[in-house]
Amino acid sequence: MIDTLAHRCLDGDPRAVARLISLLEDGDKDAFGTLAALVERMGQAQVIGITGPPGSGKSTLTDKLIGEFRARGKRVGVIAVDPSSPFSGGAILGDRLRMQGHATDPGVFIRSLASRGRLGGLSKATAFAVRALEAAGYDIVIIETVGVGQSEVDIVKVADTVVLVSVPGLGDDIQVIKAGIMEIGDIFVVNKSDRDGADRVVREIRAMLETQAMLQRGKSVDAGPDTLAARNSELLHHGQTDLRPETLPMREVYNLPPVMKTIAETGEGVPELVGEILAGFERARGSGELKTRRHDAIKSQLKDLVGWQVMDYFIDQERDGRLERLAKSVQNRKIDIYSAARELFAALIQGEKR
Amino acid sequence: MERKIRVIVAKPGLDGHDRGAKVIARALRDAGMEVIYTGLRQTPEQIVQAAIQEDADVVALSILSGAHNHLFPRVVELLREKDAEDILVFGGGVIPDEDIPFLKSKGIAEIFGPGTPTSATVDFIKTHLKRA
Repeated sequence: MIDTLAHRCLDGDPRAVARLISLLEDGDKDAFGTLAALVERMGQAQVIGITGPPGSGKSTLTDKLIGEFRARGKRVGVIAVDPSSPFSGGAILGDRLRMQGHATDPGVFIRSLASRGRLGGLSKATAFAVRALEAAGYDIVIIETVGVGQSEVDIVKVADTVVLVSVPGLGDDIQVIKAGIMEIGDIFVVNKSDRDGADRVVREIRAMLETQAMLQRGKSVDAGPDTLAARNSELLHHGQTDLRPETLPMREVYNLPPVMKTIAETGEGVPELVGEILAGFERARGSGELKTRRHDAIKSQLKDLVGWQVMDYFIDQERDGRLERLAKSVQNRKIDIYSAARELFAALIQGEKR
Repeated sequence: MERKIRVIVAKPGLDGHDRGAKVIARALRDAGMEVIYTGLRQTPEQIVQAAIQEDADVVALSILSGAHNHLFPRVVELLREKDAEDILVFGGGVIPDEDIPFLKSKGIAEIFGPGTPTSATVDFIKTHLKRA
């Protein structure tokens, strides 16, 4: 039954795609097995991540992006992630609400997923749901993350292009130089740009990006005279880390990510945004950056999968009561928690060898 | 891993408000279900496409406008056309008692009128799911 599911997926049957995504989300091992049948189509779709704080207009923007990609003849798959309740495990998935205008278009497939306890802004199987949509022939896959705060950055592990949506009125300029979410944008969008303060947000983001570029240039080969690289010997003299250019990751030419203004409600700025998304993708493909990025993405997905398998195996093994016993020992101060963990891990490895 | 029950909550037709549908959505969420809320003024076609793409187990329809005898059966009919009659469909809203037998004969599993405790809806879903 599972094999037919894969083939129906390749034929673009929406029911099959929908069911496969559910099974992947539920962690069904057979369903993960079907991914083998989808391998040949892997990498054909351009995967676009839309991320930003709650209420910044991600869903409305996604709705308009679907329209624009459709006008350009692309088939569009959408994965929209909303949070699960930490208490009941239930969820209200409301992103689709804004996109229902496209529901009956056969060139569009919209799927809502609940985060189910994952904290990185995506659900556990988002990366694999992308494979199902891609196999069914969607040229563009848009992933809308949950409304993010400052550190939900899992989207970089999945998307070819990350669009970071911001809005006026969220805070002062120190917000944009913090680590985390502001570091992952390939394209920055200031949405609701008819509101007061939009130009200021654009300026602040640009300033942040320029500083970042300067710092990175300071470390590159074609750095000017007054840079960290040039001062390397001096720094070494003061006992600091070796900063010779060849020891540092090199960047070819540093292009500043674009900062664009949109009004998603009316669609203003959306055609330009789509133009930039497509052009940036082509540039990344030409320069080899896309290849590197996808390689890194695959590596981190592999780590995730191995991690889950180890955890599943651990939970299987755990039936012998060792976890329970060690937890008690830790509580009774018979053993420290780190040693207990080491003992559990050792038992896990032993179990595998048996 | 336990499979989550996925429910589409939709309002077909031209109703102006969705307070009742939102209350149901909340109650189902609190019962641990994943509720896909599609909002107001939906056509049966939109609702059915959403149900299929979302791989829903249940479609919960709410209507206040009086068009239930047309719109509810249409949703069931379209699901059948798409080979998706394993999706449970039930309705609520302002529905006169005398219409209920007709709606049930058209494949609407149950009708919940105003004042139904939300727990009754939750229990109904849990006991009547067509998919394993």
